[in-house]
Amino acid sequence: MSYEAPRTRLATAGARSTTSAVLTDQPRGDVVRGRIFYALLLFGLSLALVGLALLLIDVFVDGSERFGVDLFTKLGSGFPENAGFQNAIFGTLWIIGGVILFCVPIGVGAAIYLEEYADGTRWWNRLIEVNIQNLAAVPSIVYGILGLAFIVRGPLNLGFIVLAGSLTLALLVLPTVIIAAREAIRAIPPSIREGSLALGATQWQTIRRQVLPASIPGIVTGVILAISRALGETAPLLLVGAATFVTFNPTSPFTDGYTALPVQIFNYFSRAQDEYLTLAAAGIIVMLVVLIAMNSFAIWLRNRYEQKW
Amino acid sequence: MEARDVLSSSRLAAALPRRLEAPSPRYGEKVIKGLLLTCAVISIATTIAIVVSLLIPSISFFQEVGVFEFLFGTEWSPIIQPASFGVLPIVVGTLSVTFWGLLFAVPVGLAAAIWLSEYASPRWRRTIKPTLEVLAGIPTVALGFFAFTFITPLLQDVWPGFLGDEPNIFNALAAGLAIGLLIVPIIASISEDAMSAVPGGLREGAYALGASRMRVATRVVFPAALSGIVASIVLGVSRAVGETMVVLMAAGSTPNFSFNPVESIQAMTAFIGVVATGDIPSGTIKYDTIFAVGLLLFFMTLMMNLISIRLVRKYREVYE
Repeated sequence: MSYEAPRTRLATAGARSTTSAVLTDQPRGDVVRGRIFYALLLFGLSLALVGLALLLIDVFVDGSERFGVDLFTKLGSGFPENAGFQNAIFGTLWIIGGVILFCVPIGVGAAIYLEEYADGTRWWNRLIEVNIQNLAAVPSIVYGILGLAFIVRGPLNLGFIVLAGSLTLALLVLPTVIIAAREAIRAIPPSIREGSLALGATQWQTIRRQVLPASIPGIVTGVILAISRALGETAPLLLVGAATFVTFNPTSPFTDGYTALPVQIFNYFSRAQDEYLTLAAAGIIVMLVVLIAMNSFAIWLRNRYEQKW
Repeated sequence: MEARDVLSSSRLAAALPRRLEAPSPRYGEKVIKGLLLTCAVISIATTIAIVVSLLIPSISFFQEVGVFEFLFGTEWSPIIQPASFGVLPIVVGTLSVTFWGLLFAVPVGLAAAIWLSEYASPRWRRTIKPTLEVLAGIPTVALGFFAFTFITPLLQDVWPGFLGDEPNIFNALAAGLAIGLLIVPIIASISEDAMSAVPGGLREGAYALGASRMRVATRVVFPAALSGIVASIVLGVSRAVGETMVVLMAAGSTPNFSFNPVESIQAMTAFIGVVATGDIPSGTIKYDTIFAVGLLLFFMTLMMNLISIRLVRKYREVYE
């Protein structure tokens, strides 16, 4: 607290008490209306929070019976008591590995270009920008159609293999990575760049040694959020081959058929037996634990490294 | 007089080096710039690939089915004989689910946004905002499961008789509510962003004139942030229209030309999902149907996304 002279303090206190006297003297109706409005706001907010809580409770209650180690050791099976998620978890790990390999370099590269090199007043750069914003909101199933027509069949003609799933999901989360990386790069003040350039560094040296290291926490946060989106994505994978029922672990991304955790959950869900419904719930618990851990880590990282320059 | 000035300045310019250029051409820098540009262009290529992969099968579809018959027909049975390709029933299915979702998500999302931006203390903000972000990160397959195993039974239990029949085991209302839960964080975060961008001076001016907190929130901040709020709702609609798993798991697969919330319906995305998981040989008209529906879906969401992008840019331009 800064020092205030006694007379100043007196004046402040006087001004405050007069003001609050004026304010409490509001028309009675306004006070009541204000309170009702506030209660309505809290009610609306609590509906969302209660919805989230109910979802978590519902899934945990339904799935706790089957939640255990054998989810990770058993493969997909036609008998619910022998069925687990091992092959689906391996499939998901392969897919996510591919997504990281594709979308981190390309996403960060595109973000660097748009923030550091592109002249924002040129129409083609604005086109790229609007295009990325739109791609971020294209329905995921449309990416599935793209994967089916372009990657599984069509020009790339890869067939229903792990790589096709990886490429499809990489295209799906690429806009998310680009937008997050751009935000992180934009947060670096120009003075850092100017200082580096003034010392004789080239533009790429400035980016490589100054801008990128400073923006890494932001970029990592964005990448984790994008990966967690890819982990939970089901619809596009249905179209690019994960919907087939497989009972083996994929061994190579280039030849093997595959399934993924959320798709396997959907698969078990669609069989009209209660045992499978329980199994699906247990799979959802696994997925929720991983996703909530990842998202919390990303949020923590963002708050931890939120830097005011 | 003027001529001499021009002369001297041009002589001066000739004496100095033209620009402060680097001593070497720095080809490496140019190569890197080219590589980074390629990364950015991949996003354009993705859009082109989406449009091409939707258009080519759609063209062969529309050679067999008239555009008018497709867009305005009210009978949808592309798989079962006799085949009929009127898309309206599944469009209505999508719109019905979207409507129930918005009915939940708009008031809840806006209440959360107003509370976070105008009422919450910094400490509450720090806890509530991440919680809403967790909600945004729930996978849709979990929401579909929740809608089927919790919301539908709950609706069946509490359904008052005067509203007519109890909800079906698959119904548009439960799917809509689950989708509403999904888009609450979208509406809340974008609207809150827009409200926080309203300059403090506007609020303080209103307070100085004796306005109550509610008046400031509803008469000053809300109208000032309107374009951002509308953008958030439009983006929410786009997300709801494109959502697949929830409608696939909880709304059923019965094309139904009605807005009745208790009946089983089929949404456009659910149709694509169902057909794609089945064994339909490529090159047949049934296979091409998913591309025609996908094209319609893509254009519906494209329009909404462009509107929302433009509105967001508008409020950013005004206040930032």
